[in-house]
Amino acid sequence: MGVLKAAWWIARKDLAVEIRSRELIYTAMFFAVACLLIFAFAFVEGRTTIRNAPAGILWITIVFSGTLALGRTFERERQAETLRALLMTPVERPAIYLGKLLSLLILLGSIQVVVVPLVGLLFGAPILRAPFMLMGLLALGTTGFATVGTLFAAMLTRTSSRDVLLPVVLYPMSLPALVGGMQGTLWIFAAEPNYELVQTWLAMLVFFDAVFLTLALWTFAPVMGE
Amino acid sequence: MKLGDRLIVVLLAVSGLMLTASPYVIDTAPYEATMGLVQRIFYYHFPMAMTMMLSAIVCGAASAWFLFRRSERADHIAVAAAEMAVVFGVLTLITGPLWARKSWGVWWVWDARITSTFIMWLVFGSYLLLRRFGGAGSEVLAAAVGFFGMVLVPFIYYSVNLWKTLHPSNSVVPSLPTSMGIPLYYCWAAFTLLFVALMSVRIRLERSRGWLERAYRAVED
Repeated sequence: MGVLKAAWWIARKDLAVEIRSRELIYTAMFFAVACLLIFAFAFVEGRTTIRNAPAGILWITIVFSGTLALGRTFERERQAETLRALLMTPVERPAIYLGKLLSLLILLGSIQVVVVPLVGLLFGAPILRAPFMLMGLLALGTTGFATVGTLFAAMLTRTSSRDVLLPVVLYPMSLPALVGGMQGTLWIFAAEPNYELVQTWLAMLVFFDAVFLTLALWTFAPVMGE
Repeated sequence: MKLGDRLIVVLLAVSGLMLTASPYVIDTAPYEATMGLVQRIFYYHFPMAMTMMLSAIVCGAASAWFLFRRSERADHIAVAAAEMAVVFGVLTLITGPLWARKSWGVWWVWDARITSTFIMWLVFGSYLLLRRFGGAGSEVLAAAVGFFGMVLVPFIYYSVNLWKTLHPSNSVVPSLPTSMGIPLYYCWAAFTLLFVALMSVRIRLERSRGWLERAYRAVED
């Protein structure tokens, strides 16, 4: 079986589990909405949102709910004792990694389908100003974040204080992708949008994602070793 | 005393003496007119930052070596270097604001170099946290952090730099002075020697710990 095909099967398995329980999608989405509520108290003055705040609100919410989902997908494997079985499947390690990454991306994407319109609605962010660019930023930024996140969430599954350690390790590491996503979004939402800069950030994100993915695929096998 | 141990003592003594004498060496440098006495922090700040960078590179390289080759020695070097990176990082991040306060009037500026130093410090801090609280087998995971961290440093710097240059900024951050005199190189040498000495001590400790653990396990079996 080819690596990509195996990855697709693993992703399908994860999605089937998720569709049956709907645990992650509900919890992560509710958490995202709760985050938005907190931000309303910090960044809304009178009736309007503080200038340039929506881009940050959007990305921090994505990152926070993403961390929750990341930790939980692997926690589920650990609780059901299926991680060992997954690692023993006769497919190459990169396929397992890619499968997990793919299912996470689909999950994070569906959370964003709710969060992005909410940010537009609640904080007056012009999300329809450059919809394709925004989608590109979201897709590429999330990919960068999830690429690093999947690697570290997978390896932390076997450690004792995984819930605390994941964000500690993940946030500084995934920073280039987050800076790209946040800054690009900032320039779309700005009073005077600058699409040239958005394009620069989009290009940068493609570059960062490629680097992250190469590194993660390279380290996944030795880390998940025995 | 073995030759290696003797060398450690000599290294510690030399670096200790050099650092003790460093205020006198720094005193020979010309007095900077605008910054005054505070400028002299630079002679410690810059070598400390360089030592942090060196520690980070050593930790990353040793982590990669451990990750792909599973050499115990490499693991000892990696953990020692990560601790050095965090310690020298703290020193850099303390001496930096002291300089900034006098030079720019604020304690902290989100300038590209400072921000990426801070992020790098976080990365190696998380390496140590992972080792300390990760439980059994965490050294492999920490190695992944160390390796990933080292490779990402240029990208982090690049992205932060891009963020800075593409962001409207009204605070003009003057570039750090480039004239480096004898005191600077002297201090740099002293800190590098101190780094080598502390690394040797720390690696030796880690090795002894490995021996002790194996001895315990042998008794238990």
